Amino acid sequence: MQAFLDVFDIYLLEAVINGILLGGVLALLALGLNLIFGVIDVTWICYAELVMIGMYGMYFMVQYYGVSYFVAAPLTIMLVAVLGAALHYLVIAPLLTAPPINQLLATGGVLFVLQSFATVAFGIDFRNLGIRLPVLAFGDMNFSYARLLSFAAALVGMVAVYLFMTRTFTGTAIRAISQDRQIMALMGVDTKRIYLITSALGGALAGLAACLLVLQYDVHPFVGLSFGPITFLICVLGGLGNFIGGFIAAFVFAEIISLGGLFSDLEWGYVLAFAFFIVMMFIRPAGLLARRR
Amino acid sequence: MLELRGLNAGYGTFQALFDVNLDVKAGEAVGVIGPNGAGKTTLMRVISGLIRPSRGSIRMEGVDLVATPSHKIVSLGIAHVPENRRLFPQLTVDDNLKMGAFMKEARDHYAERLEVVFDLFPRLKERRHQMAGTMSGGEQQMCAIGRAMMSNPKLLLLDEPSAGLAPVVVQQVFELVKRIRASGLTVLIVEQNVQQVLKVVDRAYLIEAGTIRASGTSAEMLASDTVKEAYLGV
Repeated sequence: MQAFLDVFDIYLLEAVINGILLGGVLALLALGLNLIFGVIDVTWICYAELVMIGMYGMYFMVQYYGVSYFVAAPLTIMLVAVLGAALHYLVIAPLLTAPPINQLLATGGVLFVLQSFATVAFGIDFRNLGIRLPVLAFGDMNFSYARLLSFAAALVGMVAVYLFMTRTFTGTAIRAISQDRQIMALMGVDTKRIYLITSALGGALAGLAACLLVLQYDVHPFVGLSFGPITFLICVLGGLGNFIGGFIAAFVFAEIISLGGLFSDLEWGYVLAFAFFIVMMFIRPAGLLARRR
Repeated sequence: MLELRGLNAGYGTFQALFDVNLDVKAGEAVGVIGPNGAGKTTLMRVISGLIRPSRGSIRMEGVDLVATPSHKIVSLGIAHVPENRRLFPQLTVDDNLKMGAFMKEARDHYAERLEVVFDLFPRLKERRHQMAGTMSGGEQQMCAIGRAMMSNPKLLLLDEPSAGLAPVVVQQVFELVKRIRASGLTVLIVEQNVQQVLKVVDRAYLIEAGTIRASGTSAEMLASDTVKEAYLGV
């Protein structure tokens, strides 16, 4: 009996730590989506598809052209940043004053365009980087090196965004713009430019997430479905547009998935997470930390 | 310095200003008085580019403002303190002031400007890490004026700086306006508080239903029968 409990505790601890590691990348994705929603007031339904394109970018650069991972990563981040800016410029900007449902449908359309484009261009094969990172063992617990690296990089990414938002003039303008859009011109701020920068930043975060996820998951045209819905749930649970709420919700979800997976299998972890979400929507419909006005 | 000629402006099909001519010379303080809904705020918004005129011209030191994108107008030396202050309530006082210095020219002199503003409003320095929305009305008005001063303007547009403030605070705000004037800044101020504003400005325009009805020096306006009857309750 005692032996059973010892093993159980070790697995529990391992699951808790793996949940935290998973939460890092989810928080990164949630931050990107919240940024776009909070600043521009549109929801990029196709956010996870930007990640998918970034993962293909990594795959082709590393596997096909033999570029080193650490050179390919910044290039991918830039590629998806440009993609984010293009998405804003071509799809969102013309619809800025349109009803929200039209914006939602438009980005939903982009989702299908990107998925279909990937299917036609790259086929439906599952591809991976072919990089096998070692597994680290602490006592009886095993942690994948890829997850640790992803967690660390996601944290660095989020700290960088935090510093940008609080220390620079442009970052301050990004925080100000959602509080009073009309008077930004009086500050000498070109709102169109701020929207474009924010979209590029949101894209860059998706690009960073792509670099990290490609270490752990195979790439295929529908890989966005593995992260997209969960990212939306996190953002809604945290309160759409609320950065801190999204950060906390990411770890809540990651723990539920990880611990749920411990007691049965991983799919049940997701079922539990979604069930938790539905219950929470009844208890706190505006999110864990309802956006203060 | 500022020259408005034959200005018409409005919102959609509603016209708020009709053929307005107005001048502000360098170093002057000019008041615009008139009842609610006369077009005073619209006038300010047209000058700072928040609204575009349907006809007429606005020139700032010879530069055509109608052809200038609205976010570039502040670079020409026009800072607008909008009606109801319009601070960013969830940003700190510091961040609000930072926004006032957003444009390139002001950004390069950020530290100096901050000192000037903190000199003018020591209270803001004490409150610099507080959320702007949690301050009292008077402090918020200081912050709004301070934010405008961060851009090192030549012309300050003040829209109803005394609105919604307690009588004691209103006094303080007008004292501030005097001090800002004394620092050599040109001021165009819109007010409903006619008696007070005529004490701090050199000249004033009376605007009613979107048209300039009268203009003159403060003394002339105080003596004018139209102003006396309608606004001073004499």
